[in-house]
Amino acid sequence: MSETQIYSLRVNGKLRDVTDAWLGESLLYVLRERLGLPGSKGACEQGECGSCTVVMDGVAVCSCLVLAASAVGADITTIEGFTDGALTDVQQAFIDEGAVQCGFCTPGLIVAVHHLLDNTPRPSEMKIKEALSGNICRCTGYGRIFAAVTRVIEQRAQQ
Amino acid sequence: MSIHIPTSLDDAVALLHELPRVQLLAGGTDFMVEVNFNRHDVHDVVALRRVTELQQWQHDETSNTVTIGAGVPYAEMENGELARLFPALAEAARTVGSPQIRAAGTLGGNLGTCSPAGDGLPVLFALDAVVNLASHRGKRSLPIGEFMLGPKRSALAVDELVVSVSMKTTTGWQGYAKVGTRNAMVISVASASLVLDSESGTARIALGSVGPTIIRCTQAEQWLQTQYDISARKELDEAIATEFGLRVSQESRPIDDHRSTAQYRRHAVGVLAKRLLQRGCVQ
Repeated sequence: MSETQIYSLRVNGKLRDVTDAWLGESLLYVLRERLGLPGSKGACEQGECGSCTVVMDGVAVCSCLVLAASAVGADITTIEGFTDGALTDVQQAFIDEGAVQCGFCTPGLIVAVHHLLDNTPRPSEMKIKEALSGNICRCTGYGRIFAAVTRVIEQRAQQ
Repeated sequence: MSIHIPTSLDDAVALLHELPRVQLLAGGTDFMVEVNFNRHDVHDVVALRRVTELQQWQHDETSNTVTIGAGVPYAEMENGELARLFPALAEAARTVGSPQIRAAGTLGGNLGTCSPAGDGLPVLFALDAVVNLASHRGKRSLPIGEFMLGPKRSALAVDELVVSVSMKTTTGWQGYAKVGTRNAMVISVASASLVLDSESGTARIALGSVGPTIIRCTQAEQWLQTQYDISARKELDEAIATEFGLRVSQESRPIDDHRSTAQYRRHAVGVLAKRLLQRGCVQ
């Protein structure tokens, strides 16, 4: 792949062409600036904050640390891909428990919580804390976020 | 600039030979930070995520040797069979960054970057790991102590890549400990890995973030072997643990930097060594 070559990424189930992009761009940048998917947030750009979390080939990763052009062939799900427009149960629980303040970390946390509960439906408290340890929230103090996760676990168990 | 995504080791090695200014991309957790902050010109990138040979690990039970592919992520070392075989590696893997970082970061990346703060490296050194390398000229293997040369300097040639690391399984106890400003998402201020090999009756301890590269404390190791029966691992006199910590800290060579001071690091690494030894000797 040379400097200006067009490449395609599979994002939220659709193959999307990336054109006019510098090959050194991160997946985060390509999602936001090239593909019109601004849900993933860019804060630290060094993998510390988790605001840009996406699911790639079944694992949660920081999209700022993925070289977009190297993700050809991977299956990428962004925050936009978890919903068809309506709120997911995780999003609704965040609202109901007051787990959102400034909101900047929220998309990354929602992706991380979906990823956790899709793989581990009944996680322990430690497991929840560990799973969200890569998502930094400076507003809430995490109490309400953990309450939202617990609410989703209980709701899903009742279904 | 160009990006190449080989799917076999042979193709990857051929690209390293053909491209003049090639850069290897493993999990991207160091590389992309450099790119995002423009501290790094991007030339020809060879992304290794699709090279299947690098993503596997094998346990050869006849030689008691485990070979871990350079592209195996830390997430795979945290639990399961690898964690059972190498508890110290599992402990180190669990301290790397966050779940998102551990899903991407690899031992090959840790070795390629060769930072003195690389979390996996003290464990590999304490396990006497061998680093397996490949280039178009062929394959070679180096003891890890000869691979790591200095801060972000290794014996890796420009046209060479890390294929895997091989370690013997050990009987006895092994562990890892790290000091940082918080529990998750932290680069170590000081770290240590201790292996108490009951079969040979030897101890091996390696330190991270307290020198230009990972340090093996051979003098403290030898001293401990004269003071304490590692094969028996009976009750440990606290004075021996304290003296061991002191001797380990004397072999460290830390500096002052933005993360800590030399004085604190020297002290902390001695505490870690003492604590690890006490942990290893409590039955």
